Amino acid sequence: MISIRNVSHAIHGAPILHDISLDLPRGGVTALIGPNGAGKSTLLSLIARLVKLQSGAISVDELEVGKAADRVLAQHLAIMPQSLTVSARLRVGELVMMGRYPWHQGRPGAEDREIIAAALAKFALEPLRDRFLDALSGGQRQRALVAMAYAQGTDYLLLDEPLNNLDIAASRHLMGLLREMAEREGKSIVIVLHDINYAAAFADRIVVMSGGRVAADGAPGEIVNDGLLRDVFDTNAEVRLIDGKPVVLV
Amino acid sequence: MARAQIWLGLGLLVSIIGYLFLDAVGSWAFILTFRATKLAAMLLVGVSLAVATVLFQTITANRILTPSVMGFDALYAFALSSMVFTLGAAGYDAIPQPLLFAANLTLMSGLGLLLFMALLAGGRGDILKMVLTGIVLGILIRSITGFIQRLIDPSDFQTVQVASFARFTFVEPVLLGMAAAVVIPALVLAWRMRFRLDVLALGPEAATGLGEAPKRGQKQALLLICLLVGAATALSGPMSSGFSGPSNFFGLIVTALAHLLIKSERHATLLPAAAMIAGIVLVGGQTLMERVLHLATPLPVVIELVGGALFLFLLLRRRAV
Ligand SMILES: Nc1ncnc2c1ncn2[C@@H]1O[C@H](COP(=O)(O)OP(=O)(O)OP(=O)(O)O)[C@@H](O)[C@H]1O
Ligand SMILES: [Mg+2]
Repeated sequence: MISIRNVSHAIHGAPILHDISLDLPRGGVTALIGPNGAGKSTLLSLIARLVKLQSGAISVDELEVGKAADRVLAQHLAIMPQSLTVSARLRVGELVMMGRYPWHQGRPGAEDREIIAAALAKFALEPLRDRFLDALSGGQRQRALVAMAYAQGTDYLLLDEPLNNLDIAASRHLMGLLREMAEREGKSIVIVLHDINYAAAFADRIVVMSGGRVAADGAPGEIVNDGLLRDVFDTNAEVRLIDGKPVVLV
Repeated sequence: MARAQIWLGLGLLVSIIGYLFLDAVGSWAFILTFRATKLAAMLLVGVSLAVATVLFQTITANRILTPSVMGFDALYAFALSSMVFTLGAAGYDAIPQPLLFAANLTLMSGLGLLLFMALLAGGRGDILKMVLTGIVLGILIRSITGFIQRLIDPSDFQTVQVASFARFTFVEPVLLGMAAAVVIPALVLAWRMRFRLDVLALGPEAATGLGEAPKRGQKQALLLICLLVGAATALSGPMSSGFSGPSNFFGLIVTALAHLLIKSERHATLLPAAAMIAGIVLVGGQTLMERVLHLATPLPVVIELVGGALFLFLLLRRRAV
């Protein structure tokens, strides 16, 4: 379980997150939604210790963020940040192999190579394996980054807008993969999404953030309705139920 | 990849053999000892600067920066000029070489480290800000040095000029030993960082996610850079055109060639490649100039010329920055 207790965060004096307390239980796909600037990425960065915690506490299972050893945390939790820039000039295969670093510490073994091969196959990256990262399309690059996070082999996977740049087939494929990982491998996946329909269709649970606070939290059927779109997103879109699932008409 | 390394190894071997055995006149025993000492000094300096530059480029994520951009050679010229100014040329010449060397090394490594740490703390860990401030500080140090030099007695100024060029002409084995005592442990540590450097090269976010704290790695790398550049500069004098040189192009040439030849970002291959190229450029270059072409032009001048052109080329090419 990822447990977030009384976390507040300010950047240059401007408050970004206000006293957030939230439990993300083990297993399943949790979608984090909310308008631009709501603080979704900030919260994810705090959980993954990309940004230093200012107040409150976050723990991932028994590991307390900020106190647990970096390497141990990296074996439990992987993050794919929003718009990650990789400065090194790497091939796709090398990048995905870097995901194994918390385990192999630079000396990959047979097991790591097996996992890499599986990850490349899973994300349909085999034909791109020897391509340089800067020679990929936006969507292909995004897939490579998700594959790298997956290869890290952690129980918890935080993905910040992984559907960016993905076409509809790739988006559905990726969401399907994430569901499968949650169900078959018991992974806990937290994913920031902008398309509420994807969240409603694939997530077990939706957490809505707005203005640095948690505005709503529950199963898609309970959360997604006209009221949410009006109050949180400030837009008049209609929500219909199709096969018992809410669908936003855009 | 492996083939490129074999070629580099061969190139280095040929350079070394050429340097040791070409054009020898007189007693072999004497010539070989003399040349071997000089050779060791060149290799030590070359490898130090090459490794320091690779580390620096990795932690700054920038392919056209070298540690000397931060004003290491400026520090050397500054130390030299201040000593000549306060002690006079006679006083300066009277300082025992090992003492002078130790003082230079401590001063450069220490001041360099202090500078890095202060800048890093002041810039809230922003490494690019650190570099920019460092460049400005380097200019400041150079101007102060220039000012001191104007105060120096013109006849004493000769001493400064002689001492501020890279000099491999005469190397005391004692100094060589002292430099090696610093450089070899630093090189070992750099080598042991090779996998962590690969992770750091991914950028701070990805590195943190993989459990490699970027700040700690940066600080360790900066420490090694200071020791390596400090020792190399104390042993050879700055490898640039004295105190007016804009930057040290040697590291730039070496790393650019390494990236060109080794199509891999892995430090396990990059570091040895850069080190070998450094050896080839220095030893091979010296052999070519002295033994084959019989030119009197000092090698640093040629390096500066080639390096300057390369610097412009890298700057104008899109992917370099
Ligand atoms: N470095 C920064 N300096 C100042 N303000 C920042 C900084 N980073 C984020 N913010 C502010 O913090 C707030 C939350 O940002 P965050 O990136 O967490 O939002 P988000 O919910 O992920 O938005 P998006 O959907 O656009 O990605 C925003 O108002 C943003 O302007
Ligand atoms: Mg965001």
